[in-house]
Amino acid sequence: MAELITDARFDTPDAAFQLIVDAHRDLDAKASASLNARLVLLLANHVGDMAVLEQAVEAAKRSGR
Amino acid sequence: MAEGQERKAKFSFGYHRHADQDAATPVRHPVVVVGAGPVGLAAAIDLGLRGIPVVILDDADRIGEGSRGLCYSKRCLEVLDTIGVGDPVADKGVDWKLGKVSFHDQEVYDFDLLPEPGHKMPAFVNLQQYYLEKYLVERLEDVDTVTVRWRNKVTGVTQDGDHAVVEIETPDGPYKLAADWLIAADGANSTLRRLMDIEFVGETFRDQFLIADIKMKADFPAIRRFWFEPPFHGGQSVLLHKQPDGVWRVDFQIGWDADPKEETKPENVRARLDRMMEGRDYDLEWVSVYTFQCRRNEHFVYDNVIFIGDAAHQVSPFGARGANSGVEDGHNLAWKLAMILRGEAGPSLLATYDLERIQAADTNIGHSTRSTDFLVPKSPGDKHLRDAVLNLARDFPFARQMVNSGRLHTAAHYDSPLTTPDEEPFGGAARLGDPAPDAPLTDAAGTPVWLLNALSRDFTLIHVANGEAPDVPDGVAVLTIGDGGFQDPDGLFASRYDATPGACYLMRPDQYLTARFRRFDRARLDAALARATGKA
Repeated sequence: MAELITDARFDTPDAAFQLIVDAHRDLDAKASASLNARLVLLLANHVGDMAVLEQAVEAAKRSGR
Repeated sequence: MAEGQERKAKFSFGYHRHADQDAATPVRHPVVVVGAGPVGLAAAIDLGLRGIPVVILDDADRIGEGSRGLCYSKRCLEVLDTIGVGDPVADKGVDWKLGKVSFHDQEVYDFDLLPEPGHKMPAFVNLQQYYLEKYLVERLEDVDTVTVRWRNKVTGVTQDGDHAVVEIETPDGPYKLAADWLIAADGANSTLRRLMDIEFVGETFRDQFLIADIKMKADFPAIRRFWFEPPFHGGQSVLLHKQPDGVWRVDFQIGWDADPKEETKPENVRARLDRMMEGRDYDLEWVSVYTFQCRRNEHFVYDNVIFIGDAAHQVSPFGARGANSGVEDGHNLAWKLAMILRGEAGPSLLATYDLERIQAADTNIGHSTRSTDFLVPKSPGDKHLRDAVLNLARDFPFARQMVNSGRLHTAAHYDSPLTTPDEEPFGGAARLGDPAPDAPLTDAAGTPVWLLNALSRDFTLIHVANGEAPDVPDGVAVLTIGDGGFQDPDGLFASRYDATPGACYLMRPDQYLTARFRRFDRARLDAALARATGKA
């Protein structure tokens, strides 16, 4: 079974984070939430693996405690 | 479906006093069906054609107006065809396969159900429910084993060992009937379910839909249109479907807080329709409001009372799973009950009605719940994700597959103890536990015949000719493909069944594929039959 990779993968993590932040910069809360929803769906489809997706959902929920 | 108002009569029937009403003790019948809707009527005719006398009780004396159950699936049409009403329904119904989905003011995507050629029945037809009920009632006239007693309202039920007794109210006062088997086909608000204190467990959705049948002079193509939040109906969804006679069915989502009484006032309905129709001329035929539920009884069989259709399970209307699955219930039940009543099978066969149709109900409830969740998001996050899917669907095929405006009914698959697992590999579209795929054949005289029409009402062994004559027990019909039997001119039987000379396919009386072998073997056939009739 494929495992969710949680090790750092970007050579430039700051740039990856900034790329997403920039996309949200001028958006209000609603538009931001919409953008995130589209982004999540695009990335989930890219992953294309239910087991990995389940682990990602669990990890995201856990970290929000 | 909760009706917003009383329906006017479309077709009326008369009450007739029956000799049973004068009997000192309740007259006993093999089968009494409660409810003369499409599900009860179809099940009764199915039983009647298997030689079982059936009495149907209905509290009304009419078929009401309004389209209601609208969309009949291929498998439902195939079942109706076995009881002689498939052709009128398919001929009168509007055959459709195209759909369009829009979000706000933009078309998001369109779909084509792409029905595979070489099947008698189309993917779907749309037809007002009252036509189906009318054809079924007309069909009853030729089935002298089945009678309907109109204005016979069930008011009580008791079970007594090997039978049930129903108390009935009529214009001439009350009487009682006894039944070896009592079939509850009395709909979502089942009286029998209430009288028997059976819990109807599941989910109610906090939303309402307004439905209107409208007649339009202009002709439009038969396309299923679904709008998420169109400008003409701010913030909510609309579904448009074509029906026969120039009638269109419009479903407006109106929210949980809307007042059905206000909403169904003609002037308010017209205001909504005018915004949608942009000046096109139409007549308003019928209006109602419905709420929806996805739920079922814990069991479908309670001793000698058997629940079918909406009385057993209820789904939201998106996906055409209500009437279609109810008709499938009756077809699954009829042959089993007929065998039990003839003493050819024991009650264990009836347990498989419960098992198989609860599997189907859970599948239908699952699809219907997910469709309804997509239509009626339950939280702000849910709504963001739903809208994200719709936005992405314009550009990306993967998101189109997530758009759920109703996953349309397909035939139920049964993981059933009645099925004999394959010992040899088989390819092709035919699957154990699925209904037999249709195929165009020709008979010995060269006349075109559909495979499904050639199957017997009992078990059928399809044998691919190899010069041998299979020696089958009584109660099994043999259908030979090749040699002097039926021909497969397009090779579609061969490809759908992965047929090789000598191959055998055992079909249940409800046309489900229950066993198959590469070569005929009497011992294996006997074992498969014992299994398929609940004896193994």
